[in-house]
Amino acid sequence: MATFNILEERRKQVLTKTAEGGEIACGKQSTAGSVSQRACVFCGSRVVLYPIADALHLIHGPVGCAAYTWDIRGSLSSGPQLHRLSFSTDLNEKDVVFGGEKKLYQSLIKLIETYQPKAAFVYSTCIVGVIGDDVKAVCKKVEAETGITVLPVMSEGFSGTKKDGYKAACDALEALVGTGNERRNGKYTINILGDFNLAGELWMLAGYYRKMGVDIVASITGDGRIDEIRHAHTASLNLVQCSGSMMNLAKSMKEKYGIPFKKVSYFGIEDMSEALYEVARFFESDELMEKARALVREEIGTLLPALEKYRKALKGKKAAIYVGGAFKAISLVKALRLIGVQTVVVGSQTGGPDDYALLQKLCDEGTYIVDDSNPLELSHMVQETGADIFIGGVKERPIAYKIGIGFCDHNHERKLALAGYEGMINFAEEVYASALSPVWKFIRK
Amino acid sequence: MLLRHTTATEYKREALTINPAKTCQPVGAMYCALGVHGCLPHSHGSQGCCSYHRSALTRHYKEPVMAATSSFTEGSSVFGGQANLLTGLENIFTIYDPEIVAVHSTCLSETIGDDLPQIIGKARSEGKIPLGKHVIPASTPSYVGSHVTGYANMLKAFVSYFPETTGTKIDQLNILSGWVEPADMRELKRIVSMMGLNAVVLPDTSDVLDTPMTGKYKMYPDGGTTIPDMVSMGDSWHTIALGEFCTRDAATELENKCKVKFSMRELPIGLSATDRFIKALRRYGKVSVPKEVEDERGRLVDVITDMHQYLYGKRVALFGDPDHLVPLTQFLADCGMKPVYVVSGTPGKIFTPLMEKALNGRVPEAKIMNGERADMFQLHQWIKQEGVDLLIGNTYGKYIARDENIPFVRYGFPILDRIGHSYFPSVGYLGGIRLLEKILGVLMDKIDATCPESKFELVM
Repeated sequence: MATFNILEERRKQVLTKTAEGGEIACGKQSTAGSVSQRACVFCGSRVVLYPIADALHLIHGPVGCAAYTWDIRGSLSSGPQLHRLSFSTDLNEKDVVFGGEKKLYQSLIKLIETYQPKAAFVYSTCIVGVIGDDVKAVCKKVEAETGITVLPVMSEGFSGTKKDGYKAACDALEALVGTGNERRNGKYTINILGDFNLAGELWMLAGYYRKMGVDIVASITGDGRIDEIRHAHTASLNLVQCSGSMMNLAKSMKEKYGIPFKKVSYFGIEDMSEALYEVARFFESDELMEKARALVREEIGTLLPALEKYRKALKGKKAAIYVGGAFKAISLVKALRLIGVQTVVVGSQTGGPDDYALLQKLCDEGTYIVDDSNPLELSHMVQETGADIFIGGVKERPIAYKIGIGFCDHNHERKLALAGYEGMINFAEEVYASALSPVWKFIRK
Repeated sequence: MLLRHTTATEYKREALTINPAKTCQPVGAMYCALGVHGCLPHSHGSQGCCSYHRSALTRHYKEPVMAATSSFTEGSSVFGGQANLLTGLENIFTIYDPEIVAVHSTCLSETIGDDLPQIIGKARSEGKIPLGKHVIPASTPSYVGSHVTGYANMLKAFVSYFPETTGTKIDQLNILSGWVEPADMRELKRIVSMMGLNAVVLPDTSDVLDTPMTGKYKMYPDGGTTIPDMVSMGDSWHTIALGEFCTRDAATELENKCKVKFSMRELPIGLSATDRFIKALRRYGKVSVPKEVEDERGRLVDVITDMHQYLYGKRVALFGDPDHLVPLTQFLADCGMKPVYVVSGTPGKIFTPLMEKALNGRVPEAKIMNGERADMFQLHQWIKQEGVDLLIGNTYGKYIARDENIPFVRYGFPILDRIGHSYFPSVGYLGGIRLLEKILGVLMDKIDATCPESKFELVM
């Protein structure tokens, strides 16, 4: 058991892997007073829908929610950049008393006139839920007047966890899917769900599938376009990465349109290759399978020798992982193992029981497994286990550095693609460059 | 062109903010509270608020930023957040053991009517706050004012809680430092000590958000104004409050509470404002200005003299926070430049008169706007109508700078894409030299990069 101070309420959310195994509590509301690394419902919706580049994203509430989510995610677009601007109804005291519907209406009309978007998303923030604005009615009215689809996203911050925000985003996407009716792709068609095209990762994946002869109908939502999402129901298969955010949509599309889904991950050689084979198996096509195998052979043929340098240098190094979704953590443990790095701490903000069970199976004995952690816990675990590198997001980076260990951003702020085969090299190089940086020897501990 | 939709023609906007030049109150409250030693900021609202503010500050400072949250749920929005704050405080003192918890509200907790002082009183009477520990409330609704207002409200909360009057004056001044960088607070202390004075600087984020690398993670870094220092402020000779928007309320509160008179000054950014700050120190500290301060001033004037030909007549657009913009505008005008557009999302009627005073009729064509719809979109429209030679503001200016090919100096909050702001001061005479170095750097870089080969000069 942990040797450091943990909030009583959180004890069941921290586990050490033992031979007998054990159960970890998760999916809980954060304990009040905790310095949690988690965000809110709005944040969940915003990050999922954000990459749709030809849509208008209007945030209904006081200015903060719009200011903090202004172009903070490196979700690249190959065309329109409308998603990177910040639009807010900027509610003030008067609006809180008299309601913000009028402002919302005026803002939407003006924005649609100026920017001519393909559709608009209107995000409800905390206060909108409390003052009782009828956001849905305003959206309907504007839609009727302008002919542009206006979708309310019911993402009041307090109304659950980030996961509920994913759900609200999926609800909005559901309303779009099925509203387009041309069938315009080839024999083998898929949708990619849950890749956000950080650092252009989607483009790499799409390249692999195209090479196999598979067409992508819609990417939801990386480099996303409204029109593609409208046609998503014409695909034969949904591939779901970041299952936490996109499972709701995948399930509803299965129910509504009979489109099956597969959970995949694009991180690391094993998972990436499996994501290609999975598609070939699904279409029961020898041709696809042969092409997939050829592609994997070719990629691994260049990748493995290139990784050797890093593997040698990193052998015996230890890593701590703390990321948003636990499914990603699983891939990371495997990818790190491939380059000789052992995971000693692994955790997530929003993991589910299945993910944590899988993590337990995967990890070595003595590994800390943790749900909804905080800086104090993380820094204790990292120091106790002697990790050399931390894999996490914006709030974890300076903590890792302060303790004097390397860091690799596996969140919004990654600057290099980390998915796919090319991504594996980038990942290895980043881990190597940071863990073995000359700077660490200058620290006088 | 990321901002390809912006046109020179202005259209009337009744509602709608596009690319804001402000953010909401709580992040200011959080920054202010981090400048107090052993203090843990606490956000009474949904979890996202706290997460966003910590991320924003972390991106700006590249430092860990600690703050707790009440983690509101659907239930709290109906029944109030009292239970969350009570549990929160108990947990905080059990696990994180701060000296002070600085609680600020959010739009949600304000709208549902949570009464922070009452809840904190209840926590105390129920024994959830250990003896000798402090919990301070600040009301910071996100739908009023801006991040600047949040800073002012938190500062006022500290001042109304800690300072005490013993009846015996101490030989020291109070300096309410306003929203400046850790390096600036360090510089203020250096200037005060050069003048041979003692002062309590509140807040003080030096050694909190610019901590040296030691290989150890400290939840409460060494810096920050201490409790004894804050208590002693009630016995100081005088308060110098720097920046109308950030510090007037706190200075007034302290005067009412402890009868310590105050003088309002601008933040000492640039030559004239620093002159006035030094003058205030001299007058209220009853000291004369030492030669080393005079020499620093002389060096700043010398730099302006050397380079004024490159500064003269340059049209400048600025955006950001009022307390920065007022002295900065004056400094630019003092250097012969033309601050033609000034935009701040922070509301407040006093902004325009302060700006007019700073400009003193020197730039009759200047356009000044603050409050509602004073956003980056508005600023960009003006720039489209008639261009500028220089843009000064936080990182969000980079879109305009790139689209319009304008030399750009990063200044203010947040700066997400460069370093230096937390380490090198921009206040005082030395800070003035740094500002000029940055301004001249980008102006001359553009000349070097774009002038025809025949006019490419070695000596500038």
